[in-house]
Amino acid sequence: MSNLTLKDLYTKFRDPATIKALAKEIHKLADKLDEPMRVMEICGGHTHTIMKYGIKQLMPENIEFIHGPGCPVCVMPKERIDHAITLAKQPGVILTTLGDMIRVPGSKSSLAKTRADGYDIRPLHSTFDVLNIAKKNPDKKVIFFAIGFETTTPMTAALMKRAFNEGIKNIYYHINHVLTPPPMRAIMDSGEARINAFIAPSHVSVIIGAKSYQFLVDEYNTPVVVAGFEPVDVMESILMLVKQKLQNYPRVENQYKRAATWDGNVLAQQMTEEFMEIRDTFRWRGLGDIPKSALKLKDKYAQFDAEKIYANVLPNEHIDDHKLCICGKILKGLAKPTDCKVFGTACTPSSPLGSCMVSDEGACNAYYRYAR
Amino acid sequence: MCLAIPSKVLKVDENNMAEVDTLGVKRTVSLDLIQEEVKPGDYVLIHVGYAMSKIDEKFALESIEVYKQLAEAAAMEEDAISPEKLVNEDGPLLYKPKAEDE
Repeated sequence: MSNLTLKDLYTKFRDPATIKALAKEIHKLADKLDEPMRVMEICGGHTHTIMKYGIKQLMPENIEFIHGPGCPVCVMPKERIDHAITLAKQPGVILTTLGDMIRVPGSKSSLAKTRADGYDIRPLHSTFDVLNIAKKNPDKKVIFFAIGFETTTPMTAALMKRAFNEGIKNIYYHINHVLTPPPMRAIMDSGEARINAFIAPSHVSVIIGAKSYQFLVDEYNTPVVVAGFEPVDVMESILMLVKQKLQNYPRVENQYKRAATWDGNVLAQQMTEEFMEIRDTFRWRGLGDIPKSALKLKDKYAQFDAEKIYANVLPNEHIDDHKLCICGKILKGLAKPTDCKVFGTACTPSSPLGSCMVSDEGACNAYYRYAR
Repeated sequence: MCLAIPSKVLKVDENNMAEVDTLGVKRTVSLDLIQEEVKPGDYVLIHVGYAMSKIDEKFALESIEVYKQLAEAAAMEEDAISPEKLVNEDGPLLYKPKAEDE
């Protein structure tokens, strides 16, 4: 008989008394820091938690949050969104993709507008649903426009595996899966954001393991804590980072032991490696080209690779963001959403100019909802 | 996008699918990404239709115990941070299950 209830897994990690107690500890110890702590939370989910629960306001003056690039929708360059729109318009195609992607503006349109024009575009809650759509529509080409960081990548691989095992031949893949460590390295190498502590993502880490951030300690002497998603998790992780600073002993610690391990989900890693390999380079919105920062299908699956099959119709010119949008700077930790001229005026969640406002995980969206 | 939700396993079938409960919402998810055995009563993290890991009860309970002691110790002290700080625009930071937790 277990002592843990499902409700505990929610309420205990959002408990106001615990948040308050942790805030007190942080204030006590942060007094002793000899330099301000500029902590980057990479993951958009953490940004959301920090804004929603007012964690920013609970911090002493010498602890500042820098919001990172961990929002897969925000970092997707417009030309890739144009790919999705182009694919949806091909004869006999059903285009499927996960939720948020539907509203993101490409160069001229969005998937939502394209869908309103009568094309068959289906937003999914579950990657697994692609199988059912393909089975129900055997005469159609079902294209899965795959987005997301390492959290979401293994599900695409698992879908492929099942499709092959069940002999389903009408699913094609357009892979836009991106990796977490390369942009962290890029941000550290640019030296612009002056980050001296990291809160590492919860669920990316469940897949890739806490070991994936050791390079930040070895090469940049920067403390890292893998943190859970809830406000108590984030508070405890901040406390752990402050303690590392005071001990002057940077290392990778895991606050999210209930779900993340040092090695990660090895089966998920293997499944991903079975179908995908690293791209030479990928252009990130706001960050530019980052070498070896994304995945593609292996050549042996070329007959299912929508990027290859439709290569002659897919546009490939680079498209820049709206002139007034500073999303790129925000993703690099060089600006806050409130520094933007159009924040909350010309750019809102219902009519976003830039990608940081579109997604729930975008920093601008979180500021708009919780901090105006 | 990377939000994964704690859920409780109710049933596991021969097709490697599990019926899970997420605070009252029932759904069916795939276990294709889980290496170890999953049985009814286990807690798992759910993401886009798949269980992505089991939740380690021992570690969860350990954390909860630490927080309990921390909160009790803080309550004993007098110089608490003012309660206003624990309120944002949505009101007090109390847990209310909402649709957006899905």
